[in-house]
Amino acid sequence: MRALFSLPLAALLLTASTTLSLAADDGESRDLVIKNHVFSPAEITVPAGKRVAIHIKNMDTTAEEFDSSALKVEKVIAGGGEGTVHLRPLAPGRYKFEGEYHEKTAQGVVIAQ
Amino acid sequence: MLAALLIVFREVIEAGLIVGIVMAATKGVAGRGRMVSLGIAAGVSGACLLAAGAGRLGALFAGSGQEVFQAAVLGIATLMLAWHTIWMASHGRAIAQEMRALGGAVSDGRRPLTALGIVVAIAVLREGSEVVLFLYGIALSGGASGWGMVAGGALGIAAGALVAAMLYGGLIAIPVGRMLSLTGGLITLMAAGMAAQAVAFLQQAGLADALSAPMWNSAFLLSDESIAGRLAHSLVGYTAEPDGLQVLVYAATLAVIWGLARAVRPGARPVPRPSPAAAE
Repeated sequence: MRALFSLPLAALLLTASTTLSLAADDGESRDLVIKNHVFSPAEITVPAGKRVAIHIKNMDTTAEEFDSSALKVEKVIAGGGEGTVHLRPLAPGRYKFEGEYHEKTAQGVVIAQ
Repeated sequence: MLAALLIVFREVIEAGLIVGIVMAATKGVAGRGRMVSLGIAAGVSGACLLAAGAGRLGALFAGSGQEVFQAAVLGIATLMLAWHTIWMASHGRAIAQEMRALGGAVSDGRRPLTALGIVVAIAVLREGSEVVLFLYGIALSGGASGWGMVAGGALGIAAGALVAAMLYGGLIAIPVGRMLSLTGGLITLMAAGMAAQAVAFLQQAGLADALSAPMWNSAFLLSDESIAGRLAHSLVGYTAEPDGLQVLVYAATLAVIWGLARAVRPGARPVPRPSPAAAE
């Protein structure tokens, strides 16, 4: 009985300790603005292998969802609101992102190099 | 209009799958209709409040308030699903027998229906707030095309509800004993998926910084963007390129739920064999 509990418990403790590790130390940050359902800049260049924060400011009156499965990020930015996403260290490459509520116009790419 | 339909459909179906499975798992239980309705109603009201307060919520935690909130509600949903699964492990066999004997009717007030009601509410809250924000944005921009998009949104809600109903119909067509173990398994995987999603939100908030390298990439089999990939994501937490921490938390959640469920299952404990010395 005790053995049954100890393995999951150990896993849980390990999980808790890693999950609660210190807040990320972002090396760099980039600003991104949404206006008229378009991102500017539409291309964001970041150093590969480093954590980067992106500050998103929504100048439209309507909400937008910053969405990228390549970057593994999804975040709603309220109309007139702002928010920050923290990107994990990226391998060199191009990572597309989009505004889910206005896919036709809101397109962009993060270039890690 | 088609774009609006698709966006709303995607959000509704993600919540709908969870509601469908909860409905199937509680088939025949007295009070489950009220529990699910209450959960949906609470979720919809919460979604409107969340949408209205999205700006203020987003500003908390240095611009990561939304992620912290998402991680918190996903954590609660994980606990509720775990509680239900473990409870079912200790009572499930008796329930299945009772359901067979009574032709599917069983009234078991002790069952933690509240736990599942909360899961339904959280699922509707999360996806619903995005639908509200999206449709509200369309309404703000106004115009004739705006009304077409609102109609598209309404159709999207109906289509999402229809798919959820089909899933429910498919599940309850399965013989009750097997259906209960299937939904039990699905609920356990769903719990692990939600725990891993909570981790992803903490990572996005910059609050979980360990083991962030991807473990594998199965996008060639099932991509995150495909409808099937999205369904697998909301059902069992599938992601094409999970990182170490997500895999670890997923596995740990499964291990904890399965371990506890095994430990509380009646009659499943290994009976200690009498040692040869004692037998002689």
